[in-house]
Amino acid sequence: MSNTTEHTVKAFDDDIGELRALVSEMGGLAETAIGDAIHALIRYDLETAARVVEQDDRIDELEAEVERHAVRLIALRAPLADDLREAVAAMKIATVIERIGDYAKNIAKRVPVFEHRVEIEPLSILPAMAQIVSEMVHNVLDAFAARDAEKAKEVIERDEAVDDFYNSLFRALLTYMMENSHNITQSTHLLFIAKNLERVGDHATNIAEMVHFAATGEYLDDRVDVSETFAPEPEEDS
Amino acid sequence: MNDEIAAPATDRIAIPPETLKMTARDVDVFYGAKQAIEKVSIDIGMDHVTAFIGPSGCGKSTFLRTLNRMNDTIPIARVTGQIELDGENIYDASMDVVQLRARVGMVFQKPNPFPKSIFENVAYGPRIHGLSTSKAELEEIVEKSLVRAGLWDEVKDRLTESGTALSGGQQQRLCIARAIAVDPEVILMDEPCSALDPIATAKIEELIHELRGRYAIVIVTHNMQQAARVSQRTAFFHLGTLVEYGETSDLFTNPQKERTKDYITGRYG
Repeated sequence: MSNTTEHTVKAFDDDIGELRALVSEMGGLAETAIGDAIHALIRYDLETAARVVEQDDRIDELEAEVERHAVRLIALRAPLADDLREAVAAMKIATVIERIGDYAKNIAKRVPVFEHRVEIEPLSILPAMAQIVSEMVHNVLDAFAARDAEKAKEVIERDEAVDDFYNSLFRALLTYMMENSHNITQSTHLLFIAKNLERVGDHATNIAEMVHFAATGEYLDDRVDVSETFAPEPEEDS
Repeated sequence: MNDEIAAPATDRIAIPPETLKMTARDVDVFYGAKQAIEKVSIDIGMDHVTAFIGPSGCGKSTFLRTLNRMNDTIPIARVTGQIELDGENIYDASMDVVQLRARVGMVFQKPNPFPKSIFENVAYGPRIHGLSTSKAELEEIVEKSLVRAGLWDEVKDRLTESGTALSGGQQQRLCIARAIAVDPEVILMDEPCSALDPIATAKIEELIHELRGRYAIVIVTHNMQQAARVSQRTAFFHLGTLVEYGETSDLFTNPQKERTKDYITGRYG
């Protein structure tokens, strides 16, 4: 059910609008952070990497702000139905975006390792993978802003592509490590980076489920299994 | 939203037959030529509190008053349709209205104790209904009722004082004790807390919680938070129709009808 009418108390609309704006701002920063972190990695751009790490503080601040705002809204306005679901979803989404920011920061922190970079093929796949997860984050927040359950579902569907990327990177990196032990350090870092991106995809999926609930009041029945990627089990190595 | 009216409003509720206390089917109420209630059908269960919510003039109080024929006292009011208490038609000619109102008690918006002693306020009903054979028995009923209404400890040493000397919240609990004293099956409450401060309100709400299960309780309230707090099932009335009836937790988190959602989220009008 979409909201066609405004609240009789206009300040209520303002409060909800402000909450949404905060979540959007957070999402925008997280999305940018992922793109910048990968960019910094590919170009060995330490300055950008440092900026990503630094700007993560702002995402953390915004998370606290969203929480304060949502708690205040719940306390003072006693929201019900879709308003209540939205306030709760905003709080949960903010927590997840904060995690996404942490993954971007983690990627950026690994950039200095690649000073003397071995040109390995998996590195060229990462930007495409990062592109998809950035878009997922972007689209899921659009879906939140528009209370669009269908758009949220589309985001969930894209997570499979991210998992595929991760699985193929996993295999490729193993091969590189086996071929030349000098590659192990960088390959391991790349594997962590790929895993971070894969987790961002999972988090975007989680947000999509919250958006779906906020918009419709229904939980998605078929929860997508977010762990359908290779665990580094011994038999995979042989 | 014509589709809303066509759909059976009680869809989301399944009350097991063994706990079913009252049923209303296609109830219309007219005040003269004006129709106040239109085709309301609802089941009231024994084991829970049912809240009626809706904007002023939506008919929730009018409908509540049909459940113990309180509208009989209004000359121009006319009720059609079927209302049953334990399968018995309460509008049947053979129904003793005085007995009915003992079985289906009522508490009003404004506390209305009799200008008599606290004891007499509670003893009056059991006495006229012949529920006690001795003074001791009557005293026992009065004490039990005041205990159940959560008022005993506050008034046990001043039972001879006038009921009107109590505070508003105490007066309302006295009225609940008075309703309980005749051993009703259903208690109707028409905005019982709207004249009370938050503490007195909380005491009434706690009382409603404690009385739940012993009596079928139906409460009309303007305060949606109160409906959410005290009831297990909520019915939303609008323009004389029952728009939606559901589990309270469902209705307040995920209403199925646009009109319900607009009302409870403060977008009505």
